[in-house]
Amino acid sequence: MSFTEQHPEFLKAAGGPDWLGELRNAGIARFAELGFPTTRDEDWRFTDVSPIRQTAFTPAVPAGADVAGLLQGSGGSDWPGHHLVFVDGVFTPDQSAIGALPAGVRLGGLADILAATPELLQPHLGTGAAVNGNPFTALNTGFIRDGAAIFLGDDIDERVTVNLWYVSTGATANAVTQPRTLIVVGRNGNFTVTENYVGPGDACYLTNAVTEIILAENAVIDHTKMQLESETAYHIAAMHVHAARDSRFKSHAITTGGAITRNTIKAQLDDENIECTLNGLYLGHGRQLVDNHTCIEHAHPNCNSSEIYKGILDDKARGVFNGRIHVRQDAQKTDALQTNRALLLSDDARVNTKPELEIHADDVRCTHGATVGQLDEAGLFYLRSRGIDAETARGILTYAFACEAVTDIESQPVRDTIEQLLIGRYRQL
Amino acid sequence: MLEVKDLHAEVDCTPILKGVNLSVRPGEVHAIMGPNGSGKSTLAQVLAGHESFKVTGGSVAFDGKDLLTLAPEERAREGVFLAFQYPVEIPGVSNTYLLKAAVNAIRKHRNEDELDAIDFLKMFKSSMKLLDLDESLINRPVNEGFSGGEKKRNEVFQMMVLNPKLAILDEADSGLDIDAVKIVAKGVAQFRNDNNAVVIVTHYQRLLDYIEPDFVHVLYDGRIVRSGVKDLALELEEHGYDWLKNSDA
Ligand SMILES: Nc1ncnc2c1ncn2[C@@H]1O[C@H](COP(=O)(O)OP(=O)(O)OP(=O)(O)O)[C@@H](O)[C@H]1O
Ligand SMILES: [Mg+2]
Repeated sequence: MSFTEQHPEFLKAAGGPDWLGELRNAGIARFAELGFPTTRDEDWRFTDVSPIRQTAFTPAVPAGADVAGLLQGSGGSDWPGHHLVFVDGVFTPDQSAIGALPAGVRLGGLADILAATPELLQPHLGTGAAVNGNPFTALNTGFIRDGAAIFLGDDIDERVTVNLWYVSTGATANAVTQPRTLIVVGRNGNFTVTENYVGPGDACYLTNAVTEIILAENAVIDHTKMQLESETAYHIAAMHVHAARDSRFKSHAITTGGAITRNTIKAQLDDENIECTLNGLYLGHGRQLVDNHTCIEHAHPNCNSSEIYKGILDDKARGVFNGRIHVRQDAQKTDALQTNRALLLSDDARVNTKPELEIHADDVRCTHGATVGQLDEAGLFYLRSRGIDAETARGILTYAFACEAVTDIESQPVRDTIEQLLIGRYRQL
Repeated sequence: MLEVKDLHAEVDCTPILKGVNLSVRPGEVHAIMGPNGSGKSTLAQVLAGHESFKVTGGSVAFDGKDLLTLAPEERAREGVFLAFQYPVEIPGVSNTYLLKAAVNAIRKHRNEDELDAIDFLKMFKSSMKLLDLDESLINRPVNEGFSGGEKKRNEVFQMMVLNPKLAILDEADSGLDIDAVKIVAKGVAQFRNDNNAVVIVTHYQRLLDYIEPDFVHVLYDGRIVRSGVKDLALELEEHGYDWLKNSDA
């Protein structure tokens, strides 16, 4: 059964207020209109999703797999902060750990908040990620049901830290989950969030996630996404950020899992004096395909954006990076920096990288650079000349290359976990 | 300790070394001088095992072993050390990390126990002090953003920590101020003993004022055209290399 065919059944089961029904209908209608993207679509030129189109996915049924084990394996289960765990897309309170919250903070499963206080969600849901040209975002919108909802009211002094764990058990064959995350941080708020996707070794499933993040004036968000899906799974994600005056948004997107991964990030700098950092690190081997599409909209003066994406590809892995920076006419004094560097560890690994700068203001500074290459031979020889064997030397240099992309993550425990992951992968000593 | 015989090497089919002979015994200091582009660094890199250079003839024995069949890391573990003329910057890898990895690789090769963090600290301390190297420098990524002088002192620091049998210093004195030359010389003096040997590639007499060489060689167009004792260096300082052009090797 196709997604469109499944939809009436889904609507009946999911229920909810009328406005949500309308949003879902708009989503599925748009998806029906667009269909799955093909490589003829400019936005998907290098990312062939036909394996996804050709698989008959069925809604995941939450299963009692070893969720704790999967969480443990991710290395992040003891990160500080509140932990919200979703098993096959469904918020699971008894796996979660939510501590005392400061006044003015509301967080939990989207379905629960929808049932209790839908008016909290109504002004935001679907506004950040409008039903636009991305068929997967439209599809997710068609099937909004559960996920995470986080609200920080205005002027909360305390920094709030939340970890979201989207765990796929693989218990249902060809399962699909479409988690929706909504994060609204009020004026002067200070928020750290990790968004994690975890799956067992060899399960085939599809995660189609949409995350909407809204920052009010002078809010600060440090966001890290750790994608550790099965290497046989498909992971499609879109993150839409709306930032208000004086706010600061920083994101690190770490990708290691997935047969096909597509991350779309769109950051809308809606006012002046905003700082936006989008960093990413993707590791691919085998036949993995990792596609990162970012877009930063500079619509007002005096905003800075900085972007560093790094990729390490081995075997026949493929990488795609497309970094769009759009500077509108009014956005004078924009400072935008973009770097994309890919390290190819084998002759068969490939990367397609494309900076896309569209600049309509004249008093701006926009720089971009892209490099694709192998490990530095001179560095290798230097290490070997000190007694370190070639294999270890390669590992050390690869690890060092990757580390540079994560040094800016603010949370030390998160950084440690990711560095540990990189050590395990590249730097055995 | 080191026997280089009729060594020929080329890069991209261009011959650079055209029959080098050099014999170094334990306890000795050799200086290799010669004009720019004569092949000094090539010789040093070939001895360290750089794969860009193809050895097309001759032999190199190190403590009786055929050095040319060994990989660079194996040579290092056997006790060959090269201080690079142009030390390589390695972003993201700290100096201390590199040294720990190197020391333990060498110790493992010798069937010795690996050292722990405290042992290393002790090991680094005295050399750092002698070479006037700051702790922060030691913890920074290898050579990244180091000044020219800091890079050279860092090479000598690595030599002292790794304690090789044969240290080849390729222009460890170039670009150093007068005090720094003295510091490097102090390091070399501290390192030297009757069981190890030092080969110093240099353009200047300065360093040799502090470390007296037992032999001075002139490398010219890929061959050692003249060998002598320390006075040869003074002669070269005075007359340059032109007078050697017509003389027989
Ligand atoms: N990788 C290389 N590719 C091409 N040519 C090279 C390479 N390395 C060295 N050469 C050439 O070999 C010759 C010898 O170079 P080498 O660096 O050994 O000289 P040197 O005696 O150390 O000079 P200097 O005193 O300037 O350091 C030079 O002509 C140089 O251009
Ligand atoms: Mg040289």
